Amino acid sequence: MAADKAKKGRKVEADEKVRTLEQLLATREIVVCCGSGGVGKTTTAAAAAAMAATHLGGKVLVLTVDPARRLATALGLERFGNTETRVPSEAFAAAGVEPRGELWAAMLDTKQSWDDLVTRHAPSTAVRQQILDNSLYQNISGRFVQSHDYIAMERLYEIHCSGTYDLIVVDTPPTRNAIDFLEAPARMADFFSSKLLRWLTAPSKSRVMTLASKPFYTVADRILGSQFLEDIAEFFSLFQTMAPGFVERADAVTRILSDRRTTFLVVSTLEAAPLHEAEYFIEALDERKLHLGALVLNKVLPAYLRRSATTGVAKRLCAEADDLAASVADAGEPADVARVLRTVGESFLNYQVVAKREAEQRASLARSPEVVAAVPYFDADIADLSGLLALGDQIWR
Amino acid sequence: MTALLDRRLLFVTGKGGVGKTTVAASLALLAAEQGRRTLVCEVDAKGNLADFYEAGPTAFAARELQPGLFAMSMNTEESLKEYLSLQLKIPLLAKIGPLARTFDFIANAAPGVKEILTVGTLAWEVRERHYDLVVVDSVASGHIVGQLTAPQGINELVQVGLVRNQTQWMLDILTDPAQTGVVIVSAPEEMPVAETIELAGRLGDETDVDLAAIVVNRVLPELFNEREEALFERLREPRHVDALSSAAKGDVSPILDAAGLAVTLRRTRAGHLADLRAAVDPALPLIYVPYLFTRSHGARATRQVAELLAEEL
Ligand SMILES: Nc1ncnc2c1ncn2[C@@H]1O[C@H](COP(=O)(O)OP(=O)(O)OP(=O)(O)O)[C@@H](O)[C@H]1O
Ligand SMILES: Nc1ncnc2c1ncn2[C@@H]1O[C@H](COP(=O)(O)OP(=O)(O)OP(=O)(O)O)[C@@H](O)[C@H]1O
Ligand SMILES: [Mg+2]
Ligand SMILES: [Mg+2]
Repeated sequence: MAADKAKKGRKVEADEKVRTLEQLLATREIVVCCGSGGVGKTTTAAAAAAMAATHLGGKVLVLTVDPARRLATALGLERFGNTETRVPSEAFAAAGVEPRGELWAAMLDTKQSWDDLVTRHAPSTAVRQQILDNSLYQNISGRFVQSHDYIAMERLYEIHCSGTYDLIVVDTPPTRNAIDFLEAPARMADFFSSKLLRWLTAPSKSRVMTLASKPFYTVADRILGSQFLEDIAEFFSLFQTMAPGFVERADAVTRILSDRRTTFLVVSTLEAAPLHEAEYFIEALDERKLHLGALVLNKVLPAYLRRSATTGVAKRLCAEADDLAASVADAGEPADVARVLRTVGESFLNYQVVAKREAEQRASLARSPEVVAAVPYFDADIADLSGLLALGDQIWR
Repeated sequence: MTALLDRRLLFVTGKGGVGKTTVAASLALLAAEQGRRTLVCEVDAKGNLADFYEAGPTAFAARELQPGLFAMSMNTEESLKEYLSLQLKIPLLAKIGPLARTFDFIANAAPGVKEILTVGTLAWEVRERHYDLVVVDSVASGHIVGQLTAPQGINELVQVGLVRNQTQWMLDILTDPAQTGVVIVSAPEEMPVAETIELAGRLGDETDVDLAAIVVNRVLPELFNEREEALFERLREPRHVDALSSAAKGDVSPILDAAGLAVTLRRTRAGHLADLRAAVDPALPLIYVPYLFTRSHGARATRQVAELLAEEL
């Protein structure tokens, strides 16, 4: 039983409230970072893993999906391939830290992972080759709806079971809908146990009979053409041979998501749309009894932008620019100085509108977890380990 | 080249969160107000297009939001029903329920079926001349090529059957640059720019659909010219800050810091923009939409972006 096994894992003190990301990560073995597109999931996952490797020690893996090229390079990742690589100690040295543990990184290669799965579950080498060569398979492994999501979860399971790491931080793919990947394993199991798959893969004689008795298949037949249906059927009968393995795996993957050693880290910016999605996601976690560990609010504008006392000063800079320019006469031409002062004042007021809107968004969060961390808007992209650690410092304690 | 809004079918795509829905909603609003009968359709399951007009929810059946502006959301099951009855002349059977479920399954498993229903429905509106312009708030960069190549893919996979007969006219519409174009929405940041460049390449290599324009959204304003920037840096010296603060009756340093942040943000972003410009066909229009410092993001922001687009187009 997974639950029994969990008890033997790291001890989680039930009555001890978790207040920081540091405490959270110290008690978990799997952290899944999720959120809307572009909010900073990949960056946050890498930063959390880097902090854990640095401060908590042990072997920490960040499993990333599609990192920015410079970040991938900084982590020593190849563009493709599923291999886990250790982030070199020189990278830490360059960032001026001596990590207590090891940081490892791996990328998700969907196609490769599918091929690995087939290799694992195919009943024979002949079937395996037939599947790998099938053009429908090639199409599907690249584009199968949400195959990315399933593969991410599948890889996580695989790595987790290898027992190689103390902590695995998973980045999630940009899905159309953030909860898609939660449902991916169940969908995969459904897929293999569905009636239609059975119908499609039934011996053709009985299929003809079923076909005759069910008018809607005739319609499907008219639409798609029987040859195409035959192709699909052939492909699925090959695939069907792997069903038991797949269904079992999908269930196991679902189980580790709800394991008490797993936690979710929801990442969002303070913009309306991503935040809305984050709230929706938090609800979805709740419904599924999954553990919401922390909410990371990323790219938050600095607090000084919200100070109302400064508003008046900024307005004066705009309105009385010419007079004020006189007070700094030796800085430059009065007309230039006045223009700069006006621009500076206006820019402050502009950003203040956004900062205040963000603060309102934050205040209106219906439900938030115990750990809420805010990450400021850095003035450059985060493309190396020191950047990640700088970001990590903001959310760690 | 056909002007952007004079095409008949525009697919708006881009990385998650860059502003696809914003741009699609604004382009449609602009087109409608210029007198074109316009349909805007959201394809994403997200369902937030309605928020950009604040004129009630959208459904599969198109609804007129204001004169000449229609909105709908894609629903492949509904679209299948329509497809069956309209295009294949199969009357709406009572069995449509189980068929749809079955079909949904095949659609999920077999490549391209869902996509072709989506593209087919929209191309149909174009073919039937129900609208002057159809703007699609489309799927993100990762999925758009799959969507646009679905008719071609089906054409190759399905040798006979009604679907095959249906794909040719779709291809004719999709591959005609006078009728159809893709608009990639980007933002002056590393990842969106990288994805835009990659997608522009894939559209050329893997599809025959024309890339009509790139909209660079959320461009931060340039605060200073070089001379002003030097002056600004001088103003940040403590003695000037003190003098200004006492003259302005309050601490000006947060204001200067904010401007400093704005300048740095703009500068790092300018580099990404230069990369983008250098990587794509010089003849391709790049349309810039500034970052909006607005209180909220509803109908007001959509109108503002529409006005900004009107100036750029
Ligand atoms: N706090 C921050 N300040 C400034 N830039 C940031 C911050 N966090 C992330 N970024 C930048 O924002 C961009 C997007 O971040 P990231 O790739 O982590 O997002 P994502 O959620 O993984 O995106 P996707 O949904 O496409 O996978 C990157 O270029 C990253 O460097
Ligand atoms: N020019 C702009 N200035 C400021 N904010 C903007 C601008 N354009 C879009 N936004 C804001 O950015 C957020 C994302 O925009 P939008 O929903 O249009 O993106 P999207 O690409 O459709 O996202 P998704 O991939 O989630 O569908 C919204 O809150 C929107 O109001
Ligand atoms: Mg990412
Ligand atoms: Mg959208």
